[in-house]
Amino acid sequence: MKILVCISHVPDTTSKINFTNNNAEFDKNGVQFVINPYDEFCLTRAMWFKEKQGATITVVNVGGAETEPTLRKALAIGADDAIRINTEATDGFLVAKELAAVVKNGGYDLVLAGKESADYNGQMVPGMLASLVDYNFVNACVDIVVDDNSATLKREIDGGNETLTANLPLVVGGQKGIVEEKDLRIPNMRGIMMARKKPLQVLEATGTEATTAITSYEKPAAKGPVKLVDASNLDELISLLHNEAKVI
Amino acid sequence: MSVLVFADSKDGKFKKTALEVVSYGKKVASQLGVNLIALTVNVNETSELYNYGAEKVLNVSNNSLSTFNANKYAGLLEQAANKENASVIIIDSSIDSLYMAPLLAVNLNAGYASNVVAAPSNTAPFTVKRQAFSNKAFSHTEIHSAKKIIGLAKNSFGIHESSVAGTTENFEANIVESNVVSTNIERVTGKVTIADADIVVSAGRGMKGPENWGMIEELAGVLNAATACSKPVSDLGWRPHGEHVGQTGKPVASNLYIAIGISGAIQHLAGINASKVKVVINTDAEAPFFKAADYGVVGDAFEVVPQLIEKLKAFKAA
Ligand SMILES: Cc1cc2nc3c(=O)[nH]c(=O)nc-3n(C[C@H](O)[C@H](O)[C@H](O)COP(=O)(O)OP(=O)(O)OC[C@H]3O[C@@H](n4cnc5c(N)ncnc54)[C@H](O)[C@@H]3O)c2cc1C
Repeated sequence: MKILVCISHVPDTTSKINFTNNNAEFDKNGVQFVINPYDEFCLTRAMWFKEKQGATITVVNVGGAETEPTLRKALAIGADDAIRINTEATDGFLVAKELAAVVKNGGYDLVLAGKESADYNGQMVPGMLASLVDYNFVNACVDIVVDDNSATLKREIDGGNETLTANLPLVVGGQKGIVEEKDLRIPNMRGIMMARKKPLQVLEATGTEATTAITSYEKPAAKGPVKLVDASNLDELISLLHNEAKVI
Repeated sequence: MSVLVFADSKDGKFKKTALEVVSYGKKVASQLGVNLIALTVNVNETSELYNYGAEKVLNVSNNSLSTFNANKYAGLLEQAANKENASVIIIDSSIDSLYMAPLLAVNLNAGYASNVVAAPSNTAPFTVKRQAFSNKAFSHTEIHSAKKIIGLAKNSFGIHESSVAGTTENFEANIVESNVVSTNIERVTGKVTIADADIVVSAGRGMKGPENWGMIEELAGVLNAATACSKPVSDLGWRPHGEHVGQTGKPVASNLYIAIGISGAIQHLAGINASKVKVVINTDAEAPFFKAADYGVVGDAFEVVPQLIEKLKAFKAA
């Protein structure tokens, strides 16, 4: 089985978010970048397939040269090779179109991508990619079993789970559950050494035009201080929630 | 030209988010000076949508649509958008809508903005405000394509009445084939789900163990709320994964979020920031959650929660 895992390069979850250039740009100063947590779940699941059923894993990222350490980390975890598509990922549709070109050339059986990225949270790339290459698509996937040419999947729905079947080739938008948190891999020394020698191919972008553009950013308005209520005076809390906040 | 909204329903009744997207659609339609059309599936009584500004409702009746399928629903919206020459298509942010929208965007070659929180600030260029960086910021995004799809974040615009004389048509759409087949649906029944809840009662590692969740469920019961938890709680297996909220769990945009024995780590706050009013109960006055909360009680959950339950019962009965 040929697996492609899409890897987004995102600020670490504890990052303070700031903007520069008159709020037109995200301030990368002092920000640590990591593999998008949802993609990390997918990569771990791909490793499971590789070890249990036999598969090759290619990881791919759409981004500038600064994302290469993130791809190297994915190689250190166990992916076989990496592709970087050399363009700035400014829009979900653009990213999906660039990835579609790779998928069409590579003939992958299974494409795994986190259901969203932790920076722009668009939740659009996996579905758009599937549609562009005409692969089946399951989103918010919490379990996947592949048997020859067909897959049985579970996806999250409001208040429960749905079981689905779909033939390969298939694109999956994954989330926590597709593997357990405790099974996530941390690259070891040997993996890091080997990753240095694994192929990382840089492809020029197809030059597709973005459909959206971010013109500026804004931070949420500063919040007033918390109103503390004495633990022995819960009637006051109820009164505040009823009369002031009007939520009960 | 027109604006098209998808008004989602459950067992033939409109969801609250449907009324919100129709209200939002009305606003966008008036900004553009065009008509508002709503698409509904298997709803007998659609007139409720006229109260929020839908001039025309297209209803599709088809048993094969009673279970959601992303390809089929994307196909329906595509056909309705083409029939009505819609330039803007608006959907909510349910798990199903988020599954379908990217497929629709490719079908219509439309720019898609998800997590939108306000009416367009400008219609030329078409500019919307969206949540970004897991709720730690907003982005102002222009959509340049001829057709535009907007995913409206829950509870961000509100429900606004605006009565019109509407009409409903039966819409005979082609149901597209899908190779993704649903074989089973498991739903927790008889419980308020996080997605639908106005109030969410959430608890963390401060509860010490799963055996102490009785009072959390009782408090949720009194408030007709959904229960939720922090990530370590679901990782430890104290509560089901579906209850884990936060950056890597479910997002919560309820009117009231009550956090009990949760420290307020940045990843937890990222998922619940969109909630309107936050109440924190924690023994540690220095817990970071107090900085994010509107109301707080410094105290032991094992003493505060049982008292709060009794007082709320009395309040509800009064
Ligand atoms: C990549 C990544 C993603 C993450 N995503 C999420 C996420 O989506 N959601 C999430 O929740 N976390 C997430 N986390 C974890 C997060 O960083 C915190 O570890 C977690 O939120 C802490 O949970 P907690 O507050 O329940 O536990 P703790 O940090 O242990 O805090 C327990 C709190 O309970 C209080 N307490 C103790 N006893 C009592 C009592 N008797 N009465 C009242 N209060 C009491 C304590 O004062 C303390 O504040 C993520 C972490 C990483 C690295």
